[in-house]
Amino acid sequence: MSGLAVEASGLTRAFGEKRAVDALDLAVPAGTIFGFLGPNGCGKTTTMRLLTGLLRPSAGAARVLGHALPAEAEALKREIGYMTQTFSLYRDLTVAENLRFTADIHGMNAARRRRRIDDVLARFDLEDLTRQMAGSMSGGQRQRLALAAAVLHEPGLLFLDEPTSAVDPETRRDFWETLFDLSAAGVTIIVSTHFMDEAERCQQIAILDQGRKRADGAPDALMAGLPAQVVQVEGGDLRAAKRAMQGRPSVISVAQIGTRLRVLVDRSENDPVALVREAVTAGAEAHVVRPNLEDVFVVATRHAPGEDAAA
Amino acid sequence: MTALRRILAVLRKEIWQLRRDRLTFGMVVMIPLIQLLLFGFAINTNLRHIPAVLVDHSQSGLSRALVQMVEATQVVTFTERTVDVDEAERLIAGAKVRAAFIIPEDLYQRAVTSPATGFATPPSTDDVTARPVAQWIVDGSDTVVAGAIRSLRAMPLAELFRKPANRSVPTFEVAFYYNPEQRTVVNIVPGLVGIILTMTMIMFTSAAIVRETERGNTEMLITTPIRPIELMVGKIIPYMVIGFIQVGIILGLGKLVFNVPMQGTLADLFVVTLLFILASLSLGLVISTVAKSQLQAMQMTVFFLLPSILLSGFMFPYEGMPVAAQRIADVLPATHFMVAIRGVVLRDAGLAELSGHLWFLAGFAILGLIVAALRFRKRLD
Repeated sequence: MSGLAVEASGLTRAFGEKRAVDALDLAVPAGTIFGFLGPNGCGKTTTMRLLTGLLRPSAGAARVLGHALPAEAEALKREIGYMTQTFSLYRDLTVAENLRFTADIHGMNAARRRRRIDDVLARFDLEDLTRQMAGSMSGGQRQRLALAAAVLHEPGLLFLDEPTSAVDPETRRDFWETLFDLSAAGVTIIVSTHFMDEAERCQQIAILDQGRKRADGAPDALMAGLPAQVVQVEGGDLRAAKRAMQGRPSVISVAQIGTRLRVLVDRSENDPVALVREAVTAGAEAHVVRPNLEDVFVVATRHAPGEDAAA
Repeated sequence: MTALRRILAVLRKEIWQLRRDRLTFGMVVMIPLIQLLLFGFAINTNLRHIPAVLVDHSQSGLSRALVQMVEATQVVTFTERTVDVDEAERLIAGAKVRAAFIIPEDLYQRAVTSPATGFATPPSTDDVTARPVAQWIVDGSDTVVAGAIRSLRAMPLAELFRKPANRSVPTFEVAFYYNPEQRTVVNIVPGLVGIILTMTMIMFTSAAIVRETERGNTEMLITTPIRPIELMVGKIIPYMVIGFIQVGIILGLGKLVFNVPMQGTLADLFVVTLLFILASLSLGLVISTVAKSQLQAMQMTVFFLLPSILLSGFMFPYEGMPVAAQRIADVLPATHFMVAIRGVVLRDAGLAELSGHLWFLAGFAILGLIVAALRFRKRLD
C-alpha cells in the first residue's frame, strides 16, 4: 500500500432519493494531506463515513489502506483514527479518563498506554488539563483532546471531519502545525473543510458539490489551470457595476469583497479588462489579478444547477 | 485478553460517569428505600374500618347491641347515622361511606326466628318464617370492599341474647403456612424486589446505548475495534452491582421494619436475583438498541413496567387471571421472579423446586444479550 492510502471508484451513497455522494473517484497518495473542500451538505461527512466503514456504499467500491470496504471495515478500524465533526468523546469524563478509555478500547497494554498518553498530552499541550472535564473545556482545548484521542493508537491514516469549524483562527493555525508534524511522521491525513485558507494548506484537494467531485489536484495546479481570468475592480459605484456585469455570457461570477469587486471572466474572452471597463462607472480601476482557491471553487461548482435539472 | 481489557474499559467508564451523576446515584438508594416504606405500610388487602352509615329504624336496646357487635368485628366503622334510607344512598353515591347498615323496625321478631341467634334448630333455607335480621347496602364497585362486607353475611348473633358463642366445630381446618398472621406486607416485600429491580434495571440500561448516540459518542465508539458484545457486557456489570445493593436494601429493611422473615439461604437468594437482574438488564439493552431517544426508551420501559406490576402476581394472584393474561404474564421475567423470590424468602424453596422459572430467566438474559449485541451495528446505516 506504499502508493495509495485510499482508492475509490464510482463510490455512491444514496439516502432515499437523495444521492449524498455520487460516483466519486478518489486516489489519495500515502503520506499526503488530502482535503475535501465544499459547502455544508456537499457530501463531505458522508464520504468520510464511507471511507471509515461507518456507512456502506450504495454502489461503487473503495479500498482503504489495502482493506476492501465494506467487507473489511472491522480490520480497517484498528488502523485509522477518526475525528468526528461534533465532539464525540465523553463530556462528563476528564481529559485523562477519556484518553485512558480510548487507549483501553484499542487494547493497549499498560506500558504502551502510559507512553502514548504522556506523549499526546505533551504534544497537544494538554498536560495541565488532565483533570479537567472535557465538557467544560474551550473549543480549542476540546479539539486538541479529540485529535489526541484520534492519534493515540498511532494510526497510519487520519480522518478529520471539519476539525477547525469551531475554533478561532490562531487555534486553527496551531492545529495545522500539528497536522504538518503528523504528516512529516508519515501519517496520511484526510481532512474536510469549507474554509478556503485551510484547503490551501492541503497538498491535494477534491472539490465536492452536491455529492459530486467537481475538481481535484494540488491547490496550486488548480489555481494555475483555472479556465477563467480574474479581474479586480476598485472604486466607483461597485453595486451598479456588479448589476451591469451580471448576466453577461462570458462573466462567470461577480463578487464584492470589501471595497473591491472580483470578476471571473471566461478564458475565451481575449480582453477581459476591456469587458469589465465597459460596465464600470467613472473613477473605477480594473486589472487582472492572480486567481485564488475561491475562484477555483466558484468556477468548479458553477454548472451545478444546470446539471441538476438535466439529471 | 484485549476483549477483557475492552470490557473493563467500558465498565470503568460507566462507573466514572455514574459516580458523577449524583442524582442517579441517589436514586439507586432512594427508590428502594422510599418505595419499600411506602408500599410496605400502604398496601393492605385485609380491609379494616370501612366507613359505613347506620340507618337504625328499630332504635332499641337490641339494635344498639347489634351495632356494637358489628363494630367489634372491625370490618366497618359507622361514621354517619341517619334514619332516612334515601339519605344513606346519597352518602354512598357521594363516596362519604362505602356501605349502609339498615336495621328494620321489626328487628326483635326477625332476631328470635333467625338461625344466627341459635334459638331454634336451623331451619331450611326455604323456611319463610326466618328472615335476615338486617340489610347491608354496599358500594359493590370495588370487589375488595364488597368481599369484606360479604364476610359479615353469616355472622353469628348468639351473643345478642347473652348466650355463649356457638362453639361449633368448623367444617374445615385451615392452616396458614409461611404467613400465619396473614400480614400483607410479608407477601409485598419480596414482590417489591421484583418491581423495583424491573423499574431501575430496565430504566438504567434502556438509556445506556441511546444516551451515547444522543451525545454523539457512538460515532467515536464504532470507529474503534470494540465488539458489540464487549460493549454490552461492560455496560451491564455496574448495574448488576446496583441491583444487588437494591435487593439488600429492600430485604434488609423488610426484615428490620416489617419483620419479613428470610427463610431461604443467601446463596439461593443470590442465584435467583442474579438471574433476574441479568434478564432485566438485557431487556433494557434491547430497548436501548431500538429506541431513537432517551424519551422513547423511557416509554418502552413503562410499557414493560406496568404489566410487570399488574400481571406478574405482585398485586393480584397469577392463578386468578384469565388464561390469555397468564400467557402474557409468562413472558415477563417479573412473573417468574415473583414465584422464585417469594419461594426463597418466604418458603425456603430450593433452586431445584424453582428450576423452571430460573431456566426461563437465564434463557431470557442470554437471548436478550445476543439480540442487543446483534442489533447494535457498528455502522450508521
